[in-house]
Amino acid sequence: MVSGAGRQPVGAHYGTRDWLSQRVTAVVMGLYTALLLVIVLWHGGMDYATWKALFSGGAFRVASFLFMVSLLVHAWVGVRNILMDYAKPTSVRLVLQTAVVCALVAYAGWTVQVLWGAS
Amino acid sequence: MAADRPVARPRPIYLNLFAIRQPVPAIISIMHRASGALLFLAGIPLVLWFMQRTLASPEGFAAAFGPFATPFGKLVLLALAWAYIHHFVAGVRHLMLDLHLGIDLPSARRSAAVVLVLSVLLTLIVAVRLW
Repeated sequence: MVSGAGRQPVGAHYGTRDWLSQRVTAVVMGLYTALLLVIVLWHGGMDYATWKALFSGGAFRVASFLFMVSLLVHAWVGVRNILMDYAKPTSVRLVLQTAVVCALVAYAGWTVQVLWGAS
Repeated sequence: MAADRPVARPRPIYLNLFAIRQPVPAIISIMHRASGALLFLAGIPLVLWFMQRTLASPEGFAAAFGPFATPFGKLVLLALAWAYIHHFVAGVRHLMLDLHLGIDLPSARRSAAVVLVLSVLLTLIVAVRLW
């Protein structure tokens, strides 16, 4: 948030962080998608044993976690833009944005449980 | 001089979205947004559910594919596949535009058409594999 006497109305790059995080997370997700696609095609499909073995590797778990965190950050930037465009009353926008943040944080917890949970 | 300014005439406001012919980049732009919304609303929870089921047990792995064997399940999966593919390909175009590749109007229109066609073709491959 930027406010006060020092506020620069134009050309101040207030959105640069959102813009950049959207791009960086997109690249991370793109690379992971390519990696997963190559692995599945390499095995000519997937069975439980191969799938389980893949996700028991620490490096692949970390890569999957990076993908999911990128997805959640990316989704926040995008959904926030959508809500800023269409949910005009501030009260409605606040409620919807709060709901989205809650969902994304819950998804992050679910991700940790799926990747490192006792299973 | 402010006094010399011509008086603003009332002009017609014509914003019927269904009557305005949108250029291809505008069409893939709104589809980028729509596919993103779909992926947030349905895609993320479905992927997490799928990961949880498939990693839980061999029975869970087999059962997780069950819903996608029904005709309705296949349609849902195909819609999400299209959303992911379109969002992905349109995103790659965005990154290229950010790198100032193909930013003149004819190139931008051509790449927009490529996004539209390529994402449909890739979705068709998924459809063939599904049925």
